[in-house]
Amino acid sequence: MSTIYFLFQQTMFFTIPLLIVALGGMFSERSGVVNIALEGIMTMGAFTSILFINLFQGTLSGQPLLILAILVAGLTGVVFSLLHAYASINMKADQTISGTALNLFAPAFAIFVARQIQGVQQINFNNTFRIAKVPVLGDIPVIGDLFFKNTYITTYLGFIILIVSAIVLYKTRFGLRLRACGEHPQAADSVGVSVYKIRYAGVMISGCLGGIGGLVFVIPTSTNFNATVAGYGFLAIAVLIFGQWKPVRILFAALFFGLMKTIAASYSGIPFLVSLGISSNLYKMIPYIATLIVLAFTSKKSQAPRAAGVPYDKGAR
Amino acid sequence: MKKSNSKSPRKAGEGNNLGLVSSVFAVVLGLLVGLVILLICNPGQAFAGFGTILTGAVSEGLYGIGMVFYYATPIICTGLAVGFAFKTGLFNIGASGQFTMGGFAAIVVGITLPQLGSVHWVVALLAAVLAGALWAVIPGLLKAFANINEVIACIMMNYIGMYAVNWAIKDTPALFNKTNNRSNAVASTANIPKFGLDKIFTDSAVNGGFIIALLAVVVVYVILTKTTFGYELKAVGFNRDASKYAGINEKKSITLSMAISGALAGLGGGLLYLAGSGKYIEIVDEIAAEGFDGISVALLGLSSPLGILLAGLFIAYIRQGGFYLQLFEFSQEIIDIIVAVIIYFSAFSLIVRSYMMKRNAKKAEKLNIPETPSPQIPAPLHQPIPDEEPKAGDVGDQTTDEDPQQKEEGGDE
Repeated sequence: MSTIYFLFQQTMFFTIPLLIVALGGMFSERSGVVNIALEGIMTMGAFTSILFINLFQGTLSGQPLLILAILVAGLTGVVFSLLHAYASINMKADQTISGTALNLFAPAFAIFVARQIQGVQQINFNNTFRIAKVPVLGDIPVIGDLFFKNTYITTYLGFIILIVSAIVLYKTRFGLRLRACGEHPQAADSVGVSVYKIRYAGVMISGCLGGIGGLVFVIPTSTNFNATVAGYGFLAIAVLIFGQWKPVRILFAALFFGLMKTIAASYSGIPFLVSLGISSNLYKMIPYIATLIVLAFTSKKSQAPRAAGVPYDKGAR
Repeated sequence: MKKSNSKSPRKAGEGNNLGLVSSVFAVVLGLLVGLVILLICNPGQAFAGFGTILTGAVSEGLYGIGMVFYYATPIICTGLAVGFAFKTGLFNIGASGQFTMGGFAAIVVGITLPQLGSVHWVVALLAAVLAGALWAVIPGLLKAFANINEVIACIMMNYIGMYAVNWAIKDTPALFNKTNNRSNAVASTANIPKFGLDKIFTDSAVNGGFIIALLAVVVVYVILTKTTFGYELKAVGFNRDASKYAGINEKKSITLSMAISGALAGLGGGLLYLAGSGKYIEIVDEIAAEGFDGISVALLGLSSPLGILLAGLFIAYIRQGGFYLQLFEFSQEIIDIIVAVIIYFSAFSLIVRSYMMKRNAKKAEKLNIPETPSPQIPAPLHQPIPDEEPKAGDVGDQTTDEDPQQKEEGGDE
């Protein structure tokens, strides 16, 4: 039983960042802007917020420091994503190229600045954020072990973001407008919705969540940041497609991918998996192979926003 | 799916000039951003450091130039791969995976078949080309037959390829160097001959691979501009439906385009790992950087073979200059920042160009010359193509119903 609890807790550490970042990608794509820059945005968010923790861990610690770091990460993501928004909305640039540029920029910038500030590219931090057991709730049998032991506030943040995202997307005026801009921007414009503003909002939300996702990825799995988020941004795009651009499906896709990542990472510690004799590399590959297969079977009736990737041109019919 | 940078609707000379202007504009802005960052970090050393970026590569004479050629070799190949795909309307972001597969095939042959003797390196290189092509055919088939966006498929293939190669090397004792966690060295017969380049560029790592890369530039140029086959590939990239209507087998064309693109990326992998320069496949969970460099090179070189050659040399040149930056206590990642900024602005430059072309078209209209088709918007990601309504750029396009040949002629060189 303790193995299952351990696996579950580990899965959460891998799932939550994927969930948050994929939801970010959802806002961007549903507004009509393809955001392949999520990897770069995660890297930037993780970089500034870990640097922030590194600089302030002498005066602050525990949850207050983490909450401030989350704000820093989100803000960084928003600012960085504005570059993508400007290129793809105002300049009508190719969104894949602009995103690629951001992906190339982020790790180079993180290494350069870290070396300039502290000599080495690796930024260390003390992990004072782990919650061994949530009072009261942690005592509930089974559920307490699964959700309220050996955890981080970021796990709960992930679920809050999921719920808020679903409500915003489906139950608010903004969500309706966002979806309209991703499906048929001309129609949205004809009833007075500012496509540019909505798309800016979509990209900025994806930037905010992407930045937070970067921090959330680094905190439970490491004690330093080394200018990379290990392809999680791209994996989040896979989660987004696997989840067919819908919040709840994205949760399940993230859980599946998170479980695969967990098995690949903690494989040697679990006797049952060792006895199967399957290489951890296979588990690492499965999310990507699964995404390709899902794409192959759903491409004919893809749920992708119809206008995603198409710059909005007022003059076009 | 078509990229507006791959064709200019105006006459060739004019289009190229506009392209050159936009590339130079992107490079200058990139370098300026680099200078500003250096100034913020350390104003005292900034100009000396910036000078080093621009001239460091030639500070040690022919050795430095040889190193530029060495670093340029693989990224010219991946640049050609990405550029070729762009020309045929595909975004091959999977050059990294194809490069890795090519490198892997090269070292497998290079390590396991030393009895081949003098043709060993040729066989190893061919294996690299083949492996790269095969890895690219998968997203090509998915694109041609299931309408899966090649960008997404290629990203997945990058990771699958990287993990597969790491797995294969680690589980094969003959290939794996456990002490250094990397692949073993290939047999000396598998190293590409120097072709006398080591005599000219003494001590540098340059080798015959550079000459092979130059040959690849020529071959791609010939395929794209002098053959019917290349013409068909470009036509499909330009307008898939119209090409089908004109009798081109568009599914075959897409698959072949990807195969050739992948072959070029695989060649790059072969050339790097058979260079005999002490370069091995490291067993790390990281995507090969050369593939992404290829995107930079292709964009900066405007997808034309000659442009790609120059762009590859340019990026290798500032990289080599960047090595000397440590003398000024700057880290060399500033070069990657500069390259990223250049790419960012080359995405803009498409707009700068289409704006200039529109302006020209308006002038032409005044002189009562029929207007050329407006540059099309890039096709969307994730979107199935056949059920889709005509895209904005197609609507009102006077030449849509005509034979694509006629539409092509304006944009061809």
